[in-house]
Amino acid sequence: MKERLDRQTIALRVAKEFEDGAIVNLGGGIPALAANYVPEGRTVIFHAENGALGFGGVPGSKEEERPFYLGANGIPFLPLPGASFFHHADSFAMIRGGHIDVTVLGALQVSEKGDLANWTFPERGLGNIGGAMDLAAGCNKVIVAMEHVTPKGQLKILKTCSYPLTAARCVKMIVTDIAVIEIKPEGLVLTETAPGWTAEEVQALTEPALLISPDLKEIEL
Amino acid sequence: MNKIYRTYSEAVADIPDAASVMIGGFGHAADKPQNLIKALRDQGAKDLTIIGNSSGNAGKLGIGSLGGVPFVDEEILVENRQVKKAICSVPASLVMSKPSAFEKQYLAREVELEYVPQGTLAERIRAGGAGLGAFFTPTGVGTLIEEGKEKKIIDGREMLLEYALRADYALIKAYWADTIGNLIYRGIMRSFNAIMAMAAKVTIVEVERIVPAGELDPEIVVTPGIFVHRVVGSEGGAR
Repeated sequence: MKERLDRQTIALRVAKEFEDGAIVNLGGGIPALAANYVPEGRTVIFHAENGALGFGGVPGSKEEERPFYLGANGIPFLPLPGASFFHHADSFAMIRGGHIDVTVLGALQVSEKGDLANWTFPERGLGNIGGAMDLAAGCNKVIVAMEHVTPKGQLKILKTCSYPLTAARCVKMIVTDIAVIEIKPEGLVLTETAPGWTAEEVQALTEPALLISPDLKEIEL
Repeated sequence: MNKIYRTYSEAVADIPDAASVMIGGFGHAADKPQNLIKALRDQGAKDLTIIGNSSGNAGKLGIGSLGGVPFVDEEILVENRQVKKAICSVPASLVMSKPSAFEKQYLAREVELEYVPQGTLAERIRAGGAGLGAFFTPTGVGTLIEEGKEKKIIDGREMLLEYALRADYALIKAYWADTIGNLIYRGIMRSFNAIMAMAAKVTIVEVERIVPAGELDPEIVVTPGIFVHRVVGSEGGAR
């Protein structure tokens, strides 16, 4: 079995996409881990859809935790200098209104056109849309962070999603445990592979045909 | 006009069967009107339509609870068979292996559900409170949310028509109130609370302290008192 990037390392690679000054919303799971890897020298402003902007500090002790300083994922935070709080209508005005630069979301399936399916699958019978449809439809850049295939080995990057969509044609970049793929008008462009992985090996786990970037390189960590 | 109620149970006593009830918060202990929800459970009104971010599941899982202290949310109303329908963005459990009461009743076809993306829900409530009829949003285009909805291309982008939401009652949480009903919040407490305050015929708020009118700086009031009809404090006699 070839070695794949672990969840923390996927998050580390994702965080390299955060430009200095970017406003970023992170979904749960692997995306949330990216908060710990903002590249040195860059300042990122994190948005939580439950009504906070500009947080980042982690309480150093239980005494420092406050019940009213919690992110959407339920993790306690401390407001940084310049933080602000707001209600849900304003929070989603930020999201839909194009005021959030980047969102990082998990995915169950992504199509070659950038369709995203990440809120439920038919066997479950019910699912949680939460803020995902607004984030996917509204943020300026949608990055998916996920494992390349399911634990059972089913492909997740497909020609067409079979699960209910979160939003159509929204994903710009996919960062997985074996590759970085950009979604462009001409198709899926493989730009980076994990150490030890070839383009052919990534293609074998990806349903649509990959275009190979002329600058294809190993993921820099 | 006195807006101050002595107990949570008196504040929710008149909510009738089949009422529509907005329940505030995002899903954390600090942003939920937990005592008003408990009072509504004890009061027993049935066939309710509940409107909020979630149809409840935090209680059992302790999500967002601080120091592991369990808290209650809409789920106790669902467990008590008081809910006919939920209008929400999070109807299922956050942990698949521990289905919520609503999830079980939904899969048994005992309750109805209207799925609403979270931002669309917030804006529908805001629009309801602001006297608007509907609005167009890009959220949900190309998904099952668009089924049966009017579509229009605006500025080159497909959008869905979404109607405003109002309710008979709103149960909300704030930090402090004054005797006029002016409200302030802390941290992430505003969430759905501050918008639901505007969108119900009767808005009932649970606060951590009630102060005399004049003691809240008008410059920091978030919810003006005209949106608030009843206030119960966890100090000052309220149980």
